[in-house]
Amino acid sequence: MSEETQEQTAAEPAAPSRRKVIGWGGAGLALGAAAAGGAVALTRDGDTAVPVAESGAAVPFHGAHQAGIATAVQDRLHFASFDVKTKDRAELVQLLKDWTRAAERMTAGAEVGEGAYGGLPEAPPDDTGEALGLKPSRLTLTIGFGPSLFDGRFGLKDKRPGALVELPKFPGDNLDPARSGGDICVQACADDPQVAVHAIRNLARIGFGKVAVRWSQLGFGKTSSTTPDAQTPRNLFGFKDGTRNIAGTDTERLAKHVWVSGRDAEGGAAWMDGGSYLVARRIRMNVETWDRTPLAEQEDIFGRDKREGAPVGKAKEHDEPFLKAMKPDSHVRLAHPDSNNGATLLRRGYSFTDGTDGLGRLEAGLFFLAYQKDVRTGFIPVQTSLASDVLNEYIQHVGSALFAIPPGVRDKDDWWGRTLFS
Amino acid sequence: MRAVRLSVVTAAATAAALTAVTGCAEKSDSKADDGTVTVVAKDDSCEVSKKEFPAGHVKLAVENRGSKVTEVYVLFPDDRIVTERENIGPGTKATITAEIKAGDYAIACKPGMKGDGIRQQVKATGKDTTTAKRSPEMDAAVAAYRQYVQAQADATLPKVKVFTDAVRAGDVEAAKKAYAESRIGWERTEPVAESFGDIDPKVDVREDGLEEGQDPAKDWTGWHRLEKALWQDKKIGATEKTLADTLDKDLADWVKRVGKAEITPTSMANGAKELLDEVASGKVTGEEERYSHTDLVDFKANVEGAQKSFELLKPVAAKNDPKLVAELDKQFAALNTLLDKYRADKNSYVFTSYDKVGKAERKELSDGVNALAEPLSKLAAAVVK
Repeated sequence: MSEETQEQTAAEPAAPSRRKVIGWGGAGLALGAAAAGGAVALTRDGDTAVPVAESGAAVPFHGAHQAGIATAVQDRLHFASFDVKTKDRAELVQLLKDWTRAAERMTAGAEVGEGAYGGLPEAPPDDTGEALGLKPSRLTLTIGFGPSLFDGRFGLKDKRPGALVELPKFPGDNLDPARSGGDICVQACADDPQVAVHAIRNLARIGFGKVAVRWSQLGFGKTSSTTPDAQTPRNLFGFKDGTRNIAGTDTERLAKHVWVSGRDAEGGAAWMDGGSYLVARRIRMNVETWDRTPLAEQEDIFGRDKREGAPVGKAKEHDEPFLKAMKPDSHVRLAHPDSNNGATLLRRGYSFTDGTDGLGRLEAGLFFLAYQKDVRTGFIPVQTSLASDVLNEYIQHVGSALFAIPPGVRDKDDWWGRTLFS
Repeated sequence: MRAVRLSVVTAAATAAALTAVTGCAEKSDSKADDGTVTVVAKDDSCEVSKKEFPAGHVKLAVENRGSKVTEVYVLFPDDRIVTERENIGPGTKATITAEIKAGDYAIACKPGMKGDGIRQQVKATGKDTTTAKRSPEMDAAVAAYRQYVQAQADATLPKVKVFTDAVRAGDVEAAKKAYAESRIGWERTEPVAESFGDIDPKVDVREDGLEEGQDPAKDWTGWHRLEKALWQDKKIGATEKTLADTLDKDLADWVKRVGKAEITPTSMANGAKELLDEVASGKVTGEEERYSHTDLVDFKANVEGAQKSFELLKPVAAKNDPKLVAELDKQFAALNTLLDKYRADKNSYVFTSYDKVGKAERKELSDGVNALAEPLSKLAAAVVK
């Protein structure tokens, strides 16, 4: 199977979704929304469908857009937010170049630098070694720049895009500064968790002295997918999540809702042409209280049934929702594009469980990740309308960050952030 | 970078290939030459493929065919460690390389990582090829470092006596006051002391560092035992007074032996890195001085000791890797500046009590340690290149 068939990016006008294209963005928890993809995304090579996740293949690193956005959602996540420690712009630029080369190697399944063994016995190996013998596992590494990077330390004030706002405080937010913000983020997604962790660990190691990890988050199960033909994944509340998510092959919706271009990439934001904006929210889910909630109430809260994921009053998951049939404060109704001037997000969040919380409860939740063209017409209005969401009784937003995601790295000479720094 | 160099002067250079763990092909095998000494470690035996081998760059290919995790040591006749490899799991292999001078040695396997080990007497034959190849610059660095280590040890004894005298006098406050400063010389040069193997567990072990079967009430000696008495129990009894005598005695032994320590440019560079490891694992976390909270004093002393090694190796390292040297200059300066925030007088070793150092500040210190330790881990290679 060729690499091209394994990667499903917007750059390839692959088979358009057979389904009627309906803008659909859930935010908040992005639950119930439902749609796409499942544990195993299929790609076709002639007559044989091969499960992407099982192929262990490499996703091309170079392209007009960064991989890891429209790419079929992998099973595992390690997301890291960094503070920049150096005050030297040239040193930061060099780090971005070094990172790019390391990312090229790791996404191809290769070791960093001179490898994990066989070098000078007196020197620590360049690569930490735990991914030896593992497949590339569709590893993608996606970089983003937070608002704080544009504070004047690196002469970037004039390049801060208007869309890179400070997110407002939403009702119910209980944000931990130690789990929020950051100058730079790297999203590592892979079908093998060890491959994702290896990538972040090695980038952090290369970065010591220039950047320091501010916070990081592991995700073990995808809650949305960008492959609508596959089974829709479920979140930790047991509901299908991302039914109407944007497909990675749907170039039209990607262009409309995800990729920055045209007027959004003018002036100081010209460097963002081909990029996107990422909202990351750590959402704690009180699974114990949720599990004590009667089924009918659970379904009312989401506005979909639990087994099929069908909207209220409908039979099938992918049936068109009739919003007025849902309770006014149901999650799906409030998050629906029709309730938010068409606001639509590409979600690729992950469930997390960071052990237990010391009170015997699962430290669990959703690490919400949503890509969009502009948060002012995307995440912000959706999250604002979720203020009355009945689901809020069971969830709490405890971490938050916004990043400008630059366009893709074009080739071997290009590097992460080039359009911003040159 | 990948060439195997035979002219390296190194006391303890190790490399491991965990083939069984990763399941990958052991590519380093292809570089093995006929001089490799094979060590097969089992639960009740330690077989070596040859008892005599030429001095110089020696490679041990270790295979643990036993059921317990093992360690393999190469030891001088006085049990001083030439090189070691810990944590070799059952069914795994490890490669140990070291520059070994002509002479008698023991290879010891320690199944279960306990005890004196199962030993084989071996001999490195021929003329000592290592000393001849050491450059005058390297010799100068080693000699200067040797003097530094001796001077630190010599200066420590009287400071320890102030501390132990206060303990013997039953003066808790005076003992507390003298405690942290009595440790500075030790902390600056700790990797050298640790190379003896037996002194560190007597003087600097923490309660959780005792070996299985050791009773804290009877077997725990040294600074930290007294630290707990002073800060936690807040009293000095007959036992503590005896322990003060023991500390004096053990440290006098250290001072006497420190001059005989095997020191090479590589061990100096690795020692510098190990000092930062100490900071990262014990001081930044506040574990080292959990009762007295004088962690920042140890922290500073560790950094000073590491910096001394670096400064002495700088002429050699600067030729091979000027960028690394510049980075280390920068990061040492940055960490020292950061530490200065925690003391009012830059000439004093009175630092902020670590329990008063907040989470965000500890993070900043930890970031500073990582920023220095990562390039410092590359110093040994820059010295032997």
